[in-house]
Amino acid sequence: MADVNLKDVKPTITVDARGTYCPGPLMELIKEMRQQPVGSIIELISGDAGSAKDVPEWLNKVHQEFMGVIEETGYWRIFSKKIKEM
Amino acid sequence: MSKRVVIVGGGVGGTIIANLLAKKMRQELKKGELVIDVVSDKPEHFYQPGLLYMLFGLKHHDELVRDERNLLDPMVELHLHPAVKIDKDKNEVHLKNGVVIKYDIVVLATGSRPAPEMIPGLREGGHWFYEVDACLKLRHELMTFKGGKIVLAIGLPHKCPVAPLEVTYMLDDWFKQRGIRDKVEYTYTYPIGRLHGLEPVAHFAAKTFPKHGILTETLFNMKEVDANKRTITSLEGVTLKYDLLLTIPPHKGAQVIEDSGLGQNGFIPTDKFTLKMEGTTNVYVVGDTTNLPISKAGSTAHFESDIIVENIASELREGLTPFRYDGKVFCFIETSLSKATYIMFDYNTPPNPVAPSALIHWFKLTYNKVYWLTPMGVL
Ligand SMILES: Cc1cc2nc3c(=O)[nH]c(=O)nc-3n(C[C@H](O)[C@H](O)[C@H](O)COP(=O)(O)OP(=O)(O)OC[C@H]3O[C@@H](n4cnc5c(N)ncnc54)[C@H](O)[C@@H]3O)c2cc1C
Repeated sequence: MADVNLKDVKPTITVDARGTYCPGPLMELIKEMRQQPVGSIIELISGDAGSAKDVPEWLNKVHQEFMGVIEETGYWRIFSKKIKEM
Repeated sequence: MSKRVVIVGGGVGGTIIANLLAKKMRQELKKGELVIDVVSDKPEHFYQPGLLYMLFGLKHHDELVRDERNLLDPMVELHLHPAVKIDKDKNEVHLKNGVVIKYDIVVLATGSRPAPEMIPGLREGGHWFYEVDACLKLRHELMTFKGGKIVLAIGLPHKCPVAPLEVTYMLDDWFKQRGIRDKVEYTYTYPIGRLHGLEPVAHFAAKTFPKHGILTETLFNMKEVDANKRTITSLEGVTLKYDLLLTIPPHKGAQVIEDSGLGQNGFIPTDKFTLKMEGTTNVYVVGDTTNLPISKAGSTAHFESDIIVENIASELREGLTPFRYDGKVFCFIETSLSKATYIMFDYNTPPNPVAPSALIHWFKLTYNKVYWLTPMGVL
């Protein structure tokens, strides 16, 4: 999905994991993915460049949808969708 | 009219806040202008970090409990009945015995607990040490363990994020001392692509695990356990065989939080600086009960408590809440049965573990003994 569309996405929940070193952005996303109902869109805000790579890699492994990432100044907004139970 | 501050939960955060507030607002308490209540679902206060040592027979249950009444300032009222409902619109806490307490300010400090029921088969096939009975059961299992495959699996969220590492290093040392380390295949799994959430700690583990012969499997999130076949399968599609399954089950917050509609899975949406429940002005949240993406640790509850107390006092006296939590967390990390390191970090400063030493280990053991001064508001 292109960035232009992502800007219009209304997330079910936004997790701002900036400045939080532990447990860290990916673990916050995993927690939310498990907790939220199917169909939820989760926006993860991360100050860690690694997240833009880790998140799609994990989503791919667990067969959930990576919607895309918006790079802002100094942080990343990463969008995922829970498409099946886990 | 006197003001009433009600604290729900008599664990680390709740007890510190009650005692510090009672000290700070002594005059108001004496004049009857302020009442401080603690609502606790049990008469005793349990020091949870002691479970790590109880597992190895290094602490006994009696050393880890104190009477909550004896820890609390005599001017704090203690209600030994569980809260069953918190009505934030009516400013009421409902207790199981039918009593309803009206508050001006409420502090929610009900903590978190392992919820093995969230993973199919985990209760039947797995062990954990995060609760007293489970810890003793695992201790007996370990004492008769002659060798085989041990798998450590970690659920999210969980309190004390360094405990999985600590138990790994301590078990490694313990098996060596018992002369069976060469008969134990130990696999440490972790939910993300490195060995710990904190990057420097992950580096530390990556450097030290190979020296200890500890195997690893990253990107491993528990999906289900088959107790008959003795296997655990991850969401990522990996199945591991085990002889002994050691886990940190995923956690939930207190039932009363869910039942009162205050937060999913019992964790409350909280402002990371003011520590007030989002959208409220008189509901503070402390410790494990927040949904903040930071470590669920006693030290977190402690540092947050200092801020909450200052803000409550300032709010009651002059209607201002100027203090902000900076995200400070401090954790010791045991790296064997005789050495430890520590980490300290906040919202702006990443952690940086120092070289492990016997001195830091002794410091942690000392803290385990003097812990009681923390809830009492002395240390
Ligand atoms: C094995 C282990 C090792 C740990 N090691 C460390 C460590 O080394 N360092 C560290 O900083 N932290 C450590 N922790 C974590 C630490 O113990 C917790 O993070 C801390 O206790 C959280 O404090 P709290 O006040 O939020 O909750 P708690 O201390 O858990 O207190 C919550 C209280 O609320 C009560 N309650 C629940 N529901 C109700 C209700 N309905 N009505 C009334 N009362 C209720 C509970 O019974 C409990 O007394 C460890 C934890 C474990 C399990």
